[in-house]
Amino acid sequence: MEQLINILLLMLSSVLVQNFIFSKFYGICPFLGVSDKPATAAGMGMAVTFVITLSSAATWAVYYGLLVPLELTFLKTIAFILIIAALVQLIEMFLKRYLPSLYQALGIYLPLITTNCAVLGAALINIQNGYSFLYSVAVGFAAAIGFTMAILIFAGVRARLQFADAPKSFQGMPLVLISAGLIAMAFSGFSGINFF
Amino acid sequence: MNKYIKQLKEGIIDQNPTLVQFLGMCPTLATTTSVSNAIGMGLAATAVLICSNVFISLLRKFIPKEIRIASYIVIISAFVTAVELLMKAFFTPIYDALGLYIPLIVVNCIILARAEAYASKSPVLPSAVDGLSMGLGFTAALLLLASVREILGAGTWLGIRITPTAFEPALIFILPAGAFLTLGFLAAAVNRSRAFAAEYAASHPKPSPIEAIPDEFVTEANDTEAPSSDEPAKSTEESEQDTSVDNPTDAADDTPSEDADEAADDTERSAPEMVSGADAAEHTESEDDL
Repeated sequence: MEQLINILLLMLSSVLVQNFIFSKFYGICPFLGVSDKPATAAGMGMAVTFVITLSSAATWAVYYGLLVPLELTFLKTIAFILIIAALVQLIEMFLKRYLPSLYQALGIYLPLITTNCAVLGAALINIQNGYSFLYSVAVGFAAAIGFTMAILIFAGVRARLQFADAPKSFQGMPLVLISAGLIAMAFSGFSGINFF
Repeated sequence: MNKYIKQLKEGIIDQNPTLVQFLGMCPTLATTTSVSNAIGMGLAATAVLICSNVFISLLRKFIPKEIRIASYIVIISAFVTAVELLMKAFFTPIYDALGLYIPLIVVNCIILARAEAYASKSPVLPSAVDGLSMGLGFTAALLLLASVREILGAGTWLGIRITPTAFEPALIFILPAGAFLTLGFLAAAVNRSRAFAAEYAASHPKPSPIEAIPDEFVTEANDTEAPSSDEPAKSTEESEQDTSVDNPTDAADDTPSEDADEAADDTERSAPEMVSGADAAEHTESEDDL
């Protein structure tokens, strides 16, 4: 029971306090790249959640099952990026074959995820903090939910920004970055919350 | 040699990977809390970029097209691991400060983008220079961002206090929100200065390549008469410049084509971005997807 509460608190903290986008800067490229419409943002968020949850499990298993016994832990970066690339490819093939409707929704985002630092970042954080298997999967899932929430909030903001009459120099990326900064300011309010 | 200097300028200023192309945003925002972190991150990424560009360029004829991206990622992650171990051994304080962002150089879009767009199609030496130029551009952008953030947020630069004691540092610049805000304002400043440069270029046109071509014939034929062109004054000026150079044919070969390239580059770049910012934003976004 206590463990369950711990996991829930850890998850809440990964969503709000340690938010991937607004406090750790993992996955900024897709965050800025595909957040211009709420629909694409939701698709990207779902695809990332799917991949991070599975890759947290897979990288944990490979690290403690293969790299630690063989004393090859210094190869974890190469091993993890290969696992993630292979996993993304497998998920893509699996969805195409068995869940074509989901593949239609997520298909175009999946190849981009290989080079999304949120996925590799989540895997490395789990190892760095020495989480157990259950913790790793739970924290990975929660971090991905935090990413999805951030990208959805921001897509809503950007939909409004399209009608903003900004000075010429601020149009495009500068305005997007500054609005992200304002949201990050709101999120930094969570940093006072201490769950432990 | 001139070509390489131009390539360096291209990477550091004209096509700066961070401030113009908006690639590799994660380390840009995360590691610019202090100048020393920014330099460490920039140089680590530059080292990986040069090594991976050279290696991929050497192997460009052997890597099958279908699995090239996976091969690039393996090559890049091998170099990242090497850099990570070296930094752990010799620069431990910076290694500790940068933490997870060093292994995350693997997924830095700049490195994969240069591998795919340049190193996979070019010989070794230009690829190495390209890596150096993009890496220095990245480092320069990080340094600029970190300087602003550290001075305003902590009142120091490279750990040395430089502001008067009456100055109360604004902590927000060190917090994550400050990273987004500072980069946003810097990007706006870059946009403004580019618009300014485009206006200046429009009001002070360079001699067009069409005028320069007759000059080449003139120097080769040793003809002293005024060349046949629309603006005689300008072309005589040019022929004077040519004779002052030791090797007139060489100069005539080099300068007009470069001018033409630059002029073409300028118009190409300035036209879409200055007309509408939305277009430019979409353009950078599609590159971000890498």
